Amino acid sequence: MKILVCISQVPDTTSRIAFVDNNTKFNTQGVTWILNPYDEWYSLVRALELKEAGIAQAVHLITVGKADVEPVIRKALALGGDEAVRIDTETDDPYVTAVQIAHYAESNGYDVILCGKETLDYNVGSLGGMIAELLNMNYIGFAAKIDIAGNVATVCREIDGGEETDTCPLPLVISCQKGVAEPRIPNMRGIMAARTKPLKVVAPAPVQALTSVVSFDMPPAKTGVKMVDAENMDELVRLLHSEAKVI
Amino acid sequence: MSVLVFVENNQGSFRKKSLESVLYAAHIAQNTGSIVTALVAGTATDSQLQALAEYGAQKILHLTDTRLDNFSTRPFAKAIIQAAKKESAKVIVALNDTTGRAVAPRVAANLMAGFAEGVMAYPDFSNGFVVKRNVFSGKAFANVKISSDIKVLTLIPNTFGVAKSNEGAIATIEKFDVAFDDLDFAVKVQSVEKASGAVPLAEAELVVSGGRGMKGPENWPILESLAAELGAATACSRPVADSHWRPHHEHVGQTGGTIRPNLYIAVGISGAIQHLAGVNGSKTIVVINKDPEAPFFQAANYGVLGDALEIVPRLTAAVRKFKQNNN
Repeated sequence: MKILVCISQVPDTTSRIAFVDNNTKFNTQGVTWILNPYDEWYSLVRALELKEAGIAQAVHLITVGKADVEPVIRKALALGGDEAVRIDTETDDPYVTAVQIAHYAESNGYDVILCGKETLDYNVGSLGGMIAELLNMNYIGFAAKIDIAGNVATVCREIDGGEETDTCPLPLVISCQKGVAEPRIPNMRGIMAARTKPLKVVAPAPVQALTSVVSFDMPPAKTGVKMVDAENMDELVRLLHSEAKVI
Repeated sequence: MSVLVFVENNQGSFRKKSLESVLYAAHIAQNTGSIVTALVAGTATDSQLQALAEYGAQKILHLTDTRLDNFSTRPFAKAIIQAAKKESAKVIVALNDTTGRAVAPRVAANLMAGFAEGVMAYPDFSNGFVVKRNVFSGKAFANVKISSDIKVLTLIPNTFGVAKSNEGAIATIEKFDVAFDDLDFAVKVQSVEKASGAVPLAEAELVVSGGRGMKGPENWPILESLAAELGAATACSRPVADSHWRPHHEHVGQTGGTIRPNLYIAVGISGAIQHLAGVNGSKTIVVINKDPEAPFFQAANYGVLGDALEIVPRLTAAVRKFKQNNN
């Protein structure tokens, strides 16, 4: 069984969010780039666990981006991915990303395709569903637990106010969130090995973007906190009723 | 031409957030000279379906196949795609919840429709079709232009408001059939565990949330009393869920759920950036914390400094008194 793990590079959670060029571009100055946590902690680590358990034979990584994303690919290889592919293009349209990955996956035959539930930067959570549709595969979103036995996956997924357990024969696309696996740190051997693992660069498939980001806005600044005396909760209730008008 | 809205169905009843999405679709229809078609799958009576008409649905496609009483992305996507083709839908609206986020991307990819998820404003029609969506976990917004002929949107619930727009209106109800194959139902539901909580967190208008400052699960009845008095849902921070003081589905934040209630009361939560990411869309935030340096105070509208275990019962009593005086 072969698993393809979709990974992406995002700014660290604590990065300062600001925009340049008349609010049309994200200001990357001083930003620390990391592997998208949902891709890393959950999908990639679970894929590696399945390989260690002898259920999967190969874990391949794929990302869509220019050469500047290679450090995070090397990190994913250091964690234990066998080989990686970078589709050499940059896009902010989720459809373009999905087409690139589906195109590659189609000609390389994977039984399971894993991605994170969303990216931390543009909060895109559509990749798994789009890939599944483009490849005519089944898809389970927001998995919190994944087990595979033989040709059948058992996936526990989040639903409104609860959880549901599903089974589905492979091939299958799954988006992963908290619960699927525990975070790992690459060890020295992994880091050394990652340097020589294959990282293929592939030219993008021709596809036209269907959306584009015109500009960014910041949310209106909070007006500042109004402190209420801990002894006077009647006052807080009064403010919530007559000023905030929420109760 | 129509605006197609995919309405989640709970055995004939519709959540507030679903009615909100019908209203949103009606707004687009008014601005584009289209009609609003709602797609409902699974068990529902005609009179139950008519509830959607009062929020702007003019036509309702009802897919009565009971296999769709359980959600699965593939058959639902197929149904939405076929409905969109039949109705010549130019805009397809779903919710940015676990159901909408799973099914809408399939629909978009199939129809080669530009997709915007996490939409939190009405489209701007002045320069094509531009929608505002959440990015960087609510720390910024992106204005996204969709240039394809068909557009697919998922809406952040509790953003646009809900009120009947067409009291007493009647929609045309049409039975709708889709030919499914075995592969469409390859995902089989084995078991479902649902929380018994009175108010579902994702659509609660008022939320009372606890963090490590609550000191232990034995103190939760204090929060639950406040929540009960307010008619609020309860939530918690990540450390609380990780320590199993509260179930995981109550966890809000970067790795948990994202909510935007009208009122979020954070009790004993310091307000790490990851937590804020899940709640910073809340309209009013109250922070109760004994640490004056807690970062959450900077994101709050109202703050109370002191021991949560003493303050919360006092607040509960104040709410009770307020309600008695106002009834």
